[in-house]
Formats: sequence, C-alpha cells, structure tokens
Amino acid sequence: MSARGPLPSLELTRRRFLEASAAAGVGLLVGFNLRVGRAIAETGGPFAPNAFVRVAPDDTVTIIAKHIEFGQGTHTGLATIVAEELDADWSQVRVESAPADVTRYKNLRIGAQVTGGSSSMANSWDQLRNAGAVARAMLVAAAAAEWGVPVAQITVDRGVVLHAGSSRRTTFGQLAAKAATMPPPADVKLKDPKAWKLIGRRLPRLDSRAKTDGSAQFTMDVYLPDMLTALIARPPRFGAKVKTFDASAALRVKGVTDVVKVPTGIAVLGRGFWAARQGRAALKIDWDESGTERRGSEELFAAYRTLAEQPGTRARRDGDPDAAIAGAARVLEAVYEFPYLAHAPMEPLDCVVRLAPDGCEVWAGSQAQTIDQQAVATAVGLPPEKVQVHTLLAGGSFGRRATPNGDVAGEAASIAKAIGGRQPVKLVWTREDDIRGGRYRPLYVHRIRAGLDASGRIVGWEHRIVGQSINRGGPFESALVKNGIDATSVEGAANLPYSVGSIGVELHSPDVGVTVLWWRSVGSTHTAYSTETFIDELAHAAGRDPVEFRRPLLKDHPRHLAVLELVAEKAGWGKPLPSGRARGVAVHESFNTAVAQVAEVSLGPGGLPKVERVVCALDCGIAINPDVVRAQMEGGLGFGLGGALWSEITLVDGRVQQSNFHDYRSLRIEEMPAVEVHIVPSAAPPTGVGEPGLPPIAPAVANALFHLTGRRVRRLPFARVTA
Amino acid sequence: MVTLRVNGTSREVDVDPDTPLLWALRDELRLTGTKFGCGVAQCGACTVHIDGQATRSCVTPVGAVRDREIVTIEGVSGKVATAVQDAWRRLDVVQCGYCQSGQIMSAIALLAELPRPSDADIDAGMTGNVCRCATYVRIRAAIKDAARTLGG
Repeated sequence: MSARGPLPSLELTRRRFLEASAAAGVGLLVGFNLRVGRAIAETGGPFAPNAFVRVAPDDTVTIIAKHIEFGQGTHTGLATIVAEELDADWSQVRVESAPADVTRYKNLRIGAQVTGGSSSMANSWDQLRNAGAVARAMLVAAAAAEWGVPVAQITVDRGVVLHAGSSRRTTFGQLAAKAATMPPPADVKLKDPKAWKLIGRRLPRLDSRAKTDGSAQFTMDVYLPDMLTALIARPPRFGAKVKTFDASAALRVKGVTDVVKVPTGIAVLGRGFWAARQGRAALKIDWDESGTERRGSEELFAAYRTLAEQPGTRARRDGDPDAAIAGAARVLEAVYEFPYLAHAPMEPLDCVVRLAPDGCEVWAGSQAQTIDQQAVATAVGLPPEKVQVHTLLAGGSFGRRATPNGDVAGEAASIAKAIGGRQPVKLVWTREDDIRGGRYRPLYVHRIRAGLDASGRIVGWEHRIVGQSINRGGPFESALVKNGIDATSVEGAANLPYSVGSIGVELHSPDVGVTVLWWRSVGSTHTAYSTETFIDELAHAAGRDPVEFRRPLLKDHPRHLAVLELVAEKAGWGKPLPSGRARGVAVHESFNTAVAQVAEVSLGPGGLPKVERVVCALDCGIAINPDVVRAQMEGGLGFGLGGALWSEITLVDGRVQQSNFHDYRSLRIEEMPAVEVHIVPSAAPPTGVGEPGLPPIAPAVANALFHLTGRRVRRLPFARVTA
Repeated sequence: MVTLRVNGTSREVDVDPDTPLLWALRDELRLTGTKFGCGVAQCGACTVHIDGQATRSCVTPVGAVRDREIVTIEGVSGKVATAVQDAWRRLDVVQCGYCQSGQIMSAIALLAELPRPSDADIDAGMTGNVCRCATYVRIRAAIKDAARTLGG
C-alpha cells in the first residue's frame, strides 16, 4: 500500500474540480497555442493550434486524447467534441494518445493526468469545445487572408472551407500551413447546440476496425528489439517478504536469462513468456511471513458485524435518527455482507520499460500517467520529465490500472533497473497473479435500521458501513478523506436521495493487511445494493408498491424521479408478467448520472436469478454519442450482474482461495439479459457513463428475486446464498 | 525447432514441442491478435482455428499441431469471416476489444457449422469466451446479423 516515493501534490475532489475546471483549461491552452502554433509554422509542418488538435497537409485531423481508451468509447467521445466545433468530417478524424504531461493533459477534475471517476467527457467538455473552435477560427482566418474576403463570409462544412460569394473552396489540409501563422483568437464563440452535426448522433467508434482484425495494439503486443519478458514470483500472503531464494534451477530453464530481486518479489526474465513462466515455476523462495495478515474473510465478516453494532464516525447526521427510530411504529433492520472483488480485466496487467542512462520509455495502458511516470522515475532514479510514457489501448481496467503507487509500472522499472537497462523488459502478470494480487474492492458490512410510522412513512434511517478505506495513506488522502471519512466508502449512502426524516450515516474503517482499490463505480458497488434493497423492504413492510413508495421520497431529486418514471413506463411496471417472472426496480446516482433499472427475473438453475430483461433509463446530461452511452449501460450492468451473481475473493488464513476464471467467475453470454436503454433528453453538460450503469443492477435483481421467491439476499454473491 | 502451418504459410519456430501454441504465435511469429487472458482455457481470448475448429491456443502444445492448418485472426478470410467482422463493426460490438479476436474466431467457427444458430446455439458456441466489458448483447446481435447476411 505504501507509495514508492513522493507524489506530486494531487488535489483530487470530484466536486471541487467542477468549479476549478472552467477557469483552468483555457488560459493554458492559449499560452500553448502561441508557442506551438508559431514553432510549427516556422518548420512548415502540420497545423497544431493547441495541445489537442493537429491538422496535417493530407487532410487528416488528429485529436490528442489525454484519457486512455479501455473500452468506454473515450477516444471516440473526445474526438467527437473537437470535431464538432472544428466542423471536421468524421472520416478524416484520427486519435492518438497524449504523452504524460500534467501541465497540458491533467484531468481538470482530478488535477493529475488520470482517467477515472467517469469524468473523461465531463472534464474535457469545455476544454475540447474550445480547442476545436480555436482551430476552426484559425483555419477560417487563413482562408479569409488567402482569398481576401471577410471572415464572416466563410463557412465550414465537413472539413471543407467555403466562400459562397466567390464559390471558392479548400480543405483543412491545404490551409494548414497558413493557419499555423494566424494569431490564435482571444475569444471564440461555441456552436449553438441546434447546429450540432456530430454530437448526439450515432457515430461509429474509431477503434472498431482495429479491434476486429487483430491489429489493435495493447501493451501485451509491444515487442521491442532484444526485449525480455519478466514474471514476478509474489508473496503467498499479503505483506510477506523474501527471506532467501535459490535461482539455480530457474536459471537452467531454456531461455531464462536473469533472476533478480525487486521490492515486490523475485523477477524471472527470459526470452518470451513461456521461458519466464517455466523459470518462475522452478524458483525456490523462502518467505518471511511474520506480521502478515492471517485473518480470513469469515473472521473479517465477524469482526465487521461486531463493529456495525457500535457507533462509528459520522458521515451525515440530519435530525435525531435514534429518537426517531425509537419512537417509530415499526422498525426494520438488515445486515449486508459484501466480499472482496478483483477487477480481472481481460488484458492481464503489464508494462514495457526501456531504460537508457539518460532517460526511460514506458509503454503501458496507463490510467494514471502522472502517477506511473513518477513511480518509474523513482524506481530508476531519474527525474519524472526524463520518463516518457506511451499510453496504449488497455484491455479493460475497471479501476485496476489506476493505483496510488503506480504498482505495475514501478515493478517493470525496478526490473529494468536491476538488469542495468541492458535490454527492454515486458512485465506480465499472469491471471493468477492478478486474482491473488490484491487491490480488491474492499470487503464491507453494512447495517441499516429504519423506522416507519403508523401510516408507513419513513421517519428515521440509520446506516453504518464497515470496510477498509481505499484512500487512507495514499496520494488522494488529503482530497478524499475528511474528518476520518473516506468519501469513497460512503458515496451513495451519505447522499441518500430519499426524504427519510432523520438520518445518520456512520463509518468504521478498520485496518486490514489486504490491499484495496476502487472498482468500477467504487462506493456505489455496495451502497446502492444496501440502500435500494432496504428501501424495497420498507416498501413491502408499508404495503406499498416499490415505485409508488419511492415517488414522494424523491420529491427533492427531480432527475432521480424522472429516470424512475421513465423506466417504470418503458418496463411496463405494474403490468402482468408470465408466471415465474417478477420485476425489481432500483434507482441510483453516481458520477452525477442518475440511472434507474427494472430487472425482469425468473429462477435459473440452482435457485440463481436468471435475468431475462433489463430496462434502463438514465440522465447523463448531453449524450455525446448515444450508442456509446447505450453500450456503457449494457456493459456496466453486465459487469455488475456478473459480480453480483458469481464473483468473490475469499481469504482463508490470509491466503486468497481463488486463482483464475474457473473459480473467479465472470458473467457469460448465456447469463446476459436483453437490455433496453432510454436516455433522458438533456441540454446540461455531459456527466459520467462508464460506471453509473453498474450500481442499480444488483439491487434491482435482488428486489425481483424477493418478489419471485420471498427471499431477501443480504450477502453477495447470489451464488453463495442461493445455491 | 517446430514447423507449423499458420495462415497458409509454413513457419519455423524455435521452441520446445510442449510450448503452448499461443506463445509460439505471439512471441515467435509476432501474430499478436491472438490474446493471452488466462492461460488455462477459461476465457477464450486465445481462440484460433485448427483445421477449422475453434481451439484455445493457450493449452495447445505446438508439438500437437505440426501437420494442422492453423488460422489466426490475422489470417482469417472467406465469406463467413467477412460477414462476422462486418457485423461486429456495424453494431460497434467492441469495448476494450481485448477479447474480441477470440470472440470473432469462435463466432466464425459457430456460423461455419450452424448457419442459422438459435439463441441456445449461440450460448453453447460462445459460452467459453469471456468478455469482462460484457458486450454480450451485441455479440449475440452481431452473430444473428452475420447469419442474415450469409442468407442463413
């Protein structure tokens, strides 16, 4: 958990950066405009008016993406924003990844170059609209100068610049050299949304072709001359250290070149993966396991249940919930248990490092370039600016590729350093390394109590959450942990949208020697489940329909209410279903996007819920690419459903029991429901879509299962309790 | 040294016969479209065709496929392959994309055998291909779309 070295001061709060973002981007951009625009004009190269756009003489328009593409359509979305203001033709648009450069490419919500918090579109929206508009203005100015006509008489349509009066026309590429000599405008006018041609339409993803013919380049696909593949033998328990090791058998394996000690274990290097893997299997290591975490999941659950009976640190307190519940006509209480979860992205964790005396190059699916750059710099003993990061496509992440200490990049750099930079190194984590390697969604216990009055109205709500803090002791602590409350532990609970009279939300954050991390939708992975199933219990206790029960409680949250109404209408809520089927509903906001889902469920083999159909309604502000939004709802709820049905990491005596996809199950195609997505039309700036599709699915399914069977599932995954 | 027939060409690879085909393809022949996901035939990312059959290359020793016709995503061709890849693009199936070579290879093998697959056929043919992005709605739709294109 400890960081490898000092990190730049990161001022991360999602909400604070909402305010800061508008001011931060544009000034920098203009400053950059001047420098780069002139430099390139002098050399006669392409037109690069700012950090995000490059127009080449061959008419290609390259958008420089500060965010990684690991499935959420980020590259396509960022390009759409720029291309819209630029009036480019979609067929001329390309995307390339930005280098690590926190000055130009920081996430304006986070203050570091990080992709996360479903914030890529939201933080880039104003910045990239401006970038596109500035580029367009300079191209138009170039045409006006060349033709000797007023700027106002020039129009741009799909990459073609026109002067109607004289029927003159030209292209971006032909104007590039001249545009680079134009002064950047002090101010640009953004398009009226009514004039949008790309935003809000279904544009094909820019990465579809390369990802369907095998040519897409992931870190795993990087092969440098003389490169070695490295695997690390890792500790059997969290926190164990190498006492002694014997490399002789490993070094006799054909193709193995080196065995070196690095901070996280013993690295075996070889010509190719198979040699390194055979070599690692032949290693003999004696581990010092003193002081390691020896508790198992069941001991942790028991300890957490005890803690949940005791008052914790207050995250929210309105009114007097104790008195309100004590005076209630009826009190309900439930305890929920959530396991550790691994991210298990399809591309195992990996990183390529080439170390030279005066600099270092890194190839990685980096979700946090600023942190990875620093981690590599620290490991090899170079200043960060000497570390060049090439961000490649990543085969999924779900949060795993953004760690507080740049763990994977730091390891790869340590190995490169250990062999003196003799050859480039590709570090590969096997699937077993990944499943057993920690950085899990924390294990949590929740206890909720609530009181109903005689008329079935909620008068008091007390919610206690017990689980490890993700951010304590890490670089985001100062921003995300306030007064002992890690915001990511209570998000979705402390901001419960329902009017419930008096409310108290409390947190216990015990220390456990298992490393933890954000997992797609973070706190909402568990808070949505406990709050949305408990509301359903209260509705049932009050003898009310679950949708009808929620309506008055959401009177102060019109976006929640709107998606709830929309999903109820589209799902045919209240209409008869074939026998053996039931519906469940859940509504939850995360990353400023409100999502409601209705799951239609039957009973599958072994008593597991079989989800037949999901209707999803969301309000994500302006849907830049509605088809990508739909895909994110499909994928987000599929990821959440797989986790809820099957996934758990369990520890016994401090050892992880699972190792690969056979015992850490994912959703499979036969378990994927039909999905129908409805997007609330909106003129508000875009909010997140990568994560918000996930939280409502598990409670919606659990609520449907209750209506079908009368059973409440309070411990996940479903496979554990229904089998 | 093992001689393999890959994508219609004879290729020599300097590996032991028990080396998994996946690593011969990737580390020796640089055919990187075939992916490493689990190493134990539990995810399908490494799926290739061996004599037309969808096969997990991560558990297939090169010594076992010396005289066989091996086709990877880079070499796949023909009516069915084109229909599947076109459908994948038309419906924008991909998200992270890492599993999709394997998904496409399994889908081609499925349609080559069953030109008009039912939902149950699709489940049976595709259940071994995990997609952590859960693009399954579109995988199913794209297989049906390709089947229609092929006149099935």
